[in-house]
Amino acid sequence: MTVTTITDAQLAPKDYSSDQEVRWCPGCGDYAILKAVQKACAELALVRERTVFVSGIGCAARFPYYMSTYGFHTVHGRAPAIATGIKLANPDLDVWVMTGDGDGLSIGGNHMLHVLRRNVDLQIILFNNEIYGLTKGQYSPTSRRGTRSPSTPLGSIEYPVSACGFALGAGARFVARSVDTMQAHLVATLKRAHAHRGASFVEILQNCVVFNDAVFDHITGKEVAADAQILVEHGKPLLFGKNKEKALRLKPGTLELQIVTAGPDALVHDETNRPLAQLLAGLEPPFPAAMGVLYCKPAAPYEQEVYAQSGSAKGSGELDALLNSERTWEVT
Amino acid sequence: MVTSAIPRSGREIRDSVVIRFAGDSGDGMQVTGSQFTLETALAGSDFSTFPDFPAEIRAPAGTTFGVSAFQIHFGGTDVMTPGDAVDVLVAMNPAALTVDVHDLKVGGTVIVDTSAFTERNLGKAGYAKNPLEDDSLARYQVLKFDITKLTADAVKPHGLTSREAHLCRNMWALGLLLWMYGHERSHTIEWLKRKFAKKPVIADANIAALNAGHAFGETAEMPEHLVGYVVPKAVARPGRYRTVSGTEGLAWGLVAGVRAAGIDKMVFAGYPITPASALLHTLAHLRAYGVVTFQAEDEIAASGAALGASYAGALGVTSSSGPGIALKTEMLGLAIATELPLVVVDSQRAGPSTGMPTKAEQSDLFQAVHGRNADAPLAVLAPATTSDCFDIAIEAVRLATKYMTPVIVLSDGYLAHAAEPWRIPQEADLPKFPVSYRTDPEGFHPFLRDPETLARPWVKPGTPRLEHRIGGLERDYDSGHISYDPDNHARMTKARADKIAGIARDIPLQDVAVGEDHGALAVVGWGSTFGAIHQAVKIARDEGRDVSHIHLRYLSPFPRNLGDLLKRFERVLVPEMNNGQLVKLLRAEYLIPAEPLSKVTGKPFRVTEIVQAIRNL
Repeated sequence: MTVTTITDAQLAPKDYSSDQEVRWCPGCGDYAILKAVQKACAELALVRERTVFVSGIGCAARFPYYMSTYGFHTVHGRAPAIATGIKLANPDLDVWVMTGDGDGLSIGGNHMLHVLRRNVDLQIILFNNEIYGLTKGQYSPTSRRGTRSPSTPLGSIEYPVSACGFALGAGARFVARSVDTMQAHLVATLKRAHAHRGASFVEILQNCVVFNDAVFDHITGKEVAADAQILVEHGKPLLFGKNKEKALRLKPGTLELQIVTAGPDALVHDETNRPLAQLLAGLEPPFPAAMGVLYCKPAAPYEQEVYAQSGSAKGSGELDALLNSERTWEVT
Repeated sequence: MVTSAIPRSGREIRDSVVIRFAGDSGDGMQVTGSQFTLETALAGSDFSTFPDFPAEIRAPAGTTFGVSAFQIHFGGTDVMTPGDAVDVLVAMNPAALTVDVHDLKVGGTVIVDTSAFTERNLGKAGYAKNPLEDDSLARYQVLKFDITKLTADAVKPHGLTSREAHLCRNMWALGLLLWMYGHERSHTIEWLKRKFAKKPVIADANIAALNAGHAFGETAEMPEHLVGYVVPKAVARPGRYRTVSGTEGLAWGLVAGVRAAGIDKMVFAGYPITPASALLHTLAHLRAYGVVTFQAEDEIAASGAALGASYAGALGVTSSSGPGIALKTEMLGLAIATELPLVVVDSQRAGPSTGMPTKAEQSDLFQAVHGRNADAPLAVLAPATTSDCFDIAIEAVRLATKYMTPVIVLSDGYLAHAAEPWRIPQEADLPKFPVSYRTDPEGFHPFLRDPETLARPWVKPGTPRLEHRIGGLERDYDSGHISYDPDNHARMTKARADKIAGIARDIPLQDVAVGEDHGALAVVGWGSTFGAIHQAVKIARDEGRDVSHIHLRYLSPFPRNLGDLLKRFERVLVPEMNNGQLVKLLRAEYLIPAEPLSKVTGKPFRVTEIVQAIRNL
């Protein structure tokens, strides 16, 4: 997050829209994410000229073109590196990285690892649709085993990566998950990510209506959501189910979660507890998928520490002094 | 080397001398050479150095592939190369002797440490018999000293372990060589005190070894036939001088360029790679000079962070060697497409692939000029000497910012490490080329072009009412918005090409370094071969040949008079440390029958090799 000041009258979500026609497929989950981001921008009163959206390549990467802020559509997987350079050049800019499961976890997996561990002050929003959309439907690193795609006609035999699990493993200090269709939850999650100083990682489960439609229905479907999701909140018991009748707790004598009837032994979410966040990130059916801020434990952002060090660097700052440092001799 | 047989106080006067220190990579030969260079510089000689070390940090002791050498050529005349043939070879072990003795001239001096010539070391070096005991070195003047023992005796009072004492041998050898040329020891003594400030015993022992080597020269223990040499002072333009390596020249030039452009910050992003890392190390110390250095996770990220910094209004600089530059290729395409300034320093090394990381080559010229997908032109410059590195770096910043383009600077492993004396410029005398960031929203779009330079405006994010989006997708010439229009793509492709071609109007005309601007033969070089070609052409001219030396610093675009200039020569010879790259560019561009002279051994050209090629034409 970067401290912003309001220079204009309060802007509405539409004021963060560029004049460019949005060209995602009709029904794509990206529309809902765009709407949520613009709403979050308005609610946070972000100053457009100080806000930069950076993306790599893929459907999600078209995002900057649709924002009225500064935007840079870059190279496949490399947005975290470019965003790092932007923050090193000007730490006052409010920089968002918009990426996808292929862009951020496959071709750009290395950059994702390092931008998270360095803790550069960025909001990194990963649209996870478990498929390569722009290249017409190949399986991605988050696709489940068995996914049939043009490049895996017999079904994928690879084990998928957990986006949030990866981020936590990389040392991210803010890790959250939300869903494209959960507008209120998504806006609130984006605002939390923005408030966090340092690298904030948000995975958004996003439906690709063309190549991977309904892939998250078992989590997001209206009928199943209450049982298939657990909305985590710091300091509150980990309850889920239509009537919050179910709870998660640590299985006694082990380091794993188990589902129990809600009661006094329900585990209380502590978003500063990394091992707990890792357990929550890894929940798979029959467990509910964890939504919300899984982990948040701030530390000084990278670029802030860089400039703190620069302040104590040796040298006068004068070129002539630099060139005349060390041994010199005079020829007359 | 020319010898003038005028004895003075028992010492022979020589115009110039070439010394090579060779030993195990753990023997401290680079340090020895650097200190000898410093004392030489302060004695007022001109010089040129060539460090030559293995890729292995500590190769197994005593092996030929672990030999590390440092060559210095110094004298009173124009010294332009590290020297072809060695006058004095210091060989600290048999491996160093076997690797380096071939470069010693007949009658030259070789100084060896007899203690190092054990059966075991001889075996590792591949000697069946001890060369000190047969006549295999009969062509040379061999000085056999037990340097190990002499050093151990000298450091004895300081109570070192035998391992620590052994590490002082290089200082003993340095002391002897400093005596041979009448150089001071005082700066080295100061340096040792500073370096080992926290270990005064080690400092004292090294000083004792240094003094012992020096005293050894003075005493009757020296063989009578070895006398010292006097090398006269060089005649140089008045001013303040210092030693500069190519790496330092580039680093300081980048700092100077960023200041000349009025940019408040340089973001230098690199990834460790030999021999380019030295630039990252040098700049990492310059935080107080507006430099932010960033060691990225890989070469791609380094180029990405540099480009991101340029997008944000700083000057992004990235650096690598051939294989790393290859990884940056896609980011260069983005820099070209989005028309952002970027300086890329390529310290070329012998390849392909990992090749020979510590050996120099000029084989990335094609990669720099053409090595990208699609029509992706950019500017390419190459410094000719270590001092020229400073000026070329400034020029790279000027062109990158004025034309909103990536600029590749082709240095090489030789320039990066070699050193020479440098007349220190004053900032007030350097060119100024302030950039102006666009702030006016009136009529703005991100790809509006300056009618003269064809450059687009540079806008810092943070500027109100200039919010815009750029990226790798083709964009409309008239609005900057995404465009797949066929005619627009043709127009944009031409605009990008015209912009780079137009730089030719803004760079100096090609000059002739030596000789006339027409004639029988032009020897055309680029980059670090300057010194060798220069000397060779001078020698050929002294022989009465009609030959000129033309040296290119601008490789893309070429200076606008280059074609006409080359066509005024009957023949064009292009010496390059590659398999013929510039020669092909010249032939393609100007349809001239330029002829190649290739050297791809990982070693710089010798002057004689080029002289011979000229004679053979």
